[in-house]
Amino acid sequence: MARSIKKGPYIDERLLGRIERMNKSGEKRVLKTWSRASTISPEFVGHTVAVHNGNKFIPVYITENMVGHKLGEFSPTRMFRGHSGKLADKRARI
Amino acid sequence: MARIAGVDLPRTKRVEVALTYIFGIGDSAARAILAETAVDPDTRVQDLTDDDVNKLRRVIDNRYKVEGALRTETSMNIKRLMDIGCYRGLRHRRGLPVRGQRTHTNARTRKGPRRAVAGKKKAPKK
Repeated sequence: MARSIKKGPYIDERLLGRIERMNKSGEKRVLKTWSRASTISPEFVGHTVAVHNGNKFIPVYITENMVGHKLGEFSPTRMFRGHSGKLADKRARI
Repeated sequence: MARIAGVDLPRTKRVEVALTYIFGIGDSAARAILAETAVDPDTRVQDLTDDDVNKLRRVIDNRYKVEGALRTETSMNIKRLMDIGCYRGLRHRRGLPVRGQRTHTNARTRKGPRRAVAGKKKAPKK
């Protein structure tokens, strides 16, 4: 058994608690979080979590396929619009 | 003629090596299959008995995902990553390295042949 499996997935406790409370009361609200390292557990499915990318919160709607990934994977931290040059210039003017 | 999983095995090679011509079977899988079926890894494919070939075929068909099925699975996995919009999916979409390698230089396997940058030195108009 791999050590990482023994230790179990990391999920921010406060975030998980808030999700569970929302599941109990059946309400759906967008939760803001900075916890990009949290693994998405099955309880998250159907909720929208706003994940901080260092600049702003990116709303992420959690589907079943995303379980097991980390929240940060869905909130890109870098923005690349392309290099400068003729082509970029043309694109910018449109 | 030894035809397993839709692949013709090269007849003059040792079975241990010949099995690795099947997509999805590498060195260790080939060795495991031969150990299980008790076929001598050193026999040449042309010297295999029909019985041996059938044993090998049975094990591979039943327990290994090879060729088309494996390729489908791989591309489905990649498609899933692209569909859920995660970072790895984005990298696949753009054809860039997925596992955090540098792209300042290198990364030519993913990016393909170098493209000339048009008008690189030219000052932008307006």
